Amino acid sequence: MVLASSAIAGSHLWNSGSDSMSVIELVGVTKAWGDIVAVDDVSFTVEDGSFVVLLGPSGCGKSTTLRLIAGLESVTAGTVYIGGEDMTHKSPSERRISMVFQSYALFPHLNVAENIVFGLKVRKTPAAERDQRLKRAAEIVELSDLLHRKPAQLSGGQRQRVALARAIIAENAICLMDEPLSNLDAKLRHDMRGEIRALQRRLGVTVVYVTHDQSEAMSMADRVILLRDGRIEQAGTPDELYDRPETVFAAGFIGTPSMNLLDLTDGPGGAGISGLEGKPVLDGPGEGLKLGIRPEHIEIRDFGGLPAELVWSDYLGADTILTARVGSQSLLVRVPGRFDVARGVSVNLVWAPENVHVFDTATGRRASGRQALAMAA
Amino acid sequence: MSRAGSTRVHLYGWLLLAPAAILLIAFTHYPTGATLVHSVFSEGTALRPSTFVGLENYGFMMGDEVFWRVVGNNFWFAVGTIPASIALALLMAVWVNGRLPARGLVRMAYFTPTILPMIAVANIWLFFYSPDIGLIDQVLRLFGASGHNWLGDPDTVLGCIIIMTIWKESGFFMIFYLAALQSLPPELEEAAKLEGAKRWYIFRRITFPLLMPTTLFVLINATINSFKLVDHLFILTKGGPDNASSLLLYYIYEVAFSFFEEAYAATLTAVLLAVLAVISIGQFAILDKRIHYR
Repeated sequence: MVLASSAIAGSHLWNSGSDSMSVIELVGVTKAWGDIVAVDDVSFTVEDGSFVVLLGPSGCGKSTTLRLIAGLESVTAGTVYIGGEDMTHKSPSERRISMVFQSYALFPHLNVAENIVFGLKVRKTPAAERDQRLKRAAEIVELSDLLHRKPAQLSGGQRQRVALARAIIAENAICLMDEPLSNLDAKLRHDMRGEIRALQRRLGVTVVYVTHDQSEAMSMADRVILLRDGRIEQAGTPDELYDRPETVFAAGFIGTPSMNLLDLTDGPGGAGISGLEGKPVLDGPGEGLKLGIRPEHIEIRDFGGLPAELVWSDYLGADTILTARVGSQSLLVRVPGRFDVARGVSVNLVWAPENVHVFDTATGRRASGRQALAMAA
Repeated sequence: MSRAGSTRVHLYGWLLLAPAAILLIAFTHYPTGATLVHSVFSEGTALRPSTFVGLENYGFMMGDEVFWRVVGNNFWFAVGTIPASIALALLMAVWVNGRLPARGLVRMAYFTPTILPMIAVANIWLFFYSPDIGLIDQVLRLFGASGHNWLGDPDTVLGCIIIMTIWKESGFFMIFYLAALQSLPPELEEAAKLEGAKRWYIFRRITFPLLMPTTLFVLINATINSFKLVDHLFILTKGGPDNASSLLLYYIYEVAFSFFEEAYAATLTAVLLAVLAVISIGQFAILDKRIHYR
């Protein structure tokens, strides 16, 4: 499983040997403040040298989970193992982890160099070694020229680098990151994704990374743990989450724009889309089911498939997102290039049966064993 | 713009400025200037009008034993109250900033001395310090000590005033520290904790340096207050015994309104102003370089 997921993500191949072990393990971890349960019976493992992303909407408990690993919050129930050792009740410093905060948490009265070596000074590392490690860390994050500046004199991206250097210099095996890119502008955020990922591979550290941005998770993670209301919704590689979402929530959260979810009803010859019963899309009954199909998996044809009416088009440059009405429902279609539509144009939509996902409306979970029908030509 | 229009704009400006300017000039700048002028003139009487005497009043002051006694008192009073009240304020602020049952109540309790009128406070402490029947003597009697006239003894009277002032001031300064502490992002402490820093180290290297702007503010206020104290003395000691508890402002009051030596009072006031100005400027100049303002 570990081998497979690593191979799919194409990362840290040197780590996926038989000696691979989990450096972090959460077993039934719960955190509650009075009646409010922020993290509810969460269990997962993080493999050595991997990049794991805790993903979810705000308030899903992802930051709290990270803080429980760091020891900044105490668990209500459950056990936290780090490096195979029970660390549930150990202090943050005993866990030997680094952390990058969303606000960077730089000490405003100390200059860049003092900020970076703060931890080494606390632990009374000899001055010579401290300087050497500072030099190396500053080179890695390209801050060597700014060591005497105060944080207030730095740009957002440079502050981010100081926070990274402070995490690197400790040479801990584990680094926790809490939405480290959310305060940067879009361009820089994109660049930093690649840099952080490259840095993680180069140093071979294990990273647990919190974000609400699914594209960040998809592009950076070896493994994504999708959280919702304090529980794990789905855990897997980015491909697994994209290709086989286990729940309606996962289907809707991963991908931009997100997966179309269409209500099905019973109809002659199989389940049809509500309001379009004559055209079966799924074998057997359809009542109580949802059909999921990603916008990029729908094609527009002049004939065959499902009749639809184009309502709107959003031109994005490389592609265009069309809004179409099918039966009584609307869905999004991604088409390459520019696609100008006059309102109300009739088209036909076609998709491959293997790209269809079927969910149970009542449970919100994936309905197994259902066969999508090929589209009539 | 036309000349008439320009004049109108100027007029508006001056009219808007006028209320604040009139108040400031009437109650701050003119009295200050008048005091300085007064201090270089002799005391005028019905028979002998006031004449310019240059620095003669200052010369008299240099030879005034009571003045030096009062200056000495004020020095020890400042040394006794300022560091202690600031340290206590900081300690209390850090304490009530943490997780604490009935935190609001504790905070309020610390702030109470500030809300109470000075005269009422002095009366309460007058009871504490009363010989034999006072609270302190009653408690000490339990340990076998005999009564002591705390406020009547020149050796203890200044100490009594100092303790009361610390009690009064530290709650007030605590509010400033508490506000500053609450504006510090909690991640800073968390980041330091992750690095293995202990509480005292975090306080010394992170919290305290970031509180320096507040400390400077409090320090200047505390210094000015230590020269400004006068209300308690009316109730508790009237500067006695033998001027052992008289402070500069109280002495100025006595000279001006008990002895009616206005010129000399103006001279003392000029000195007080000079001392305060020098101390404030000095504190700014020395500490400003070491302070990080966000």
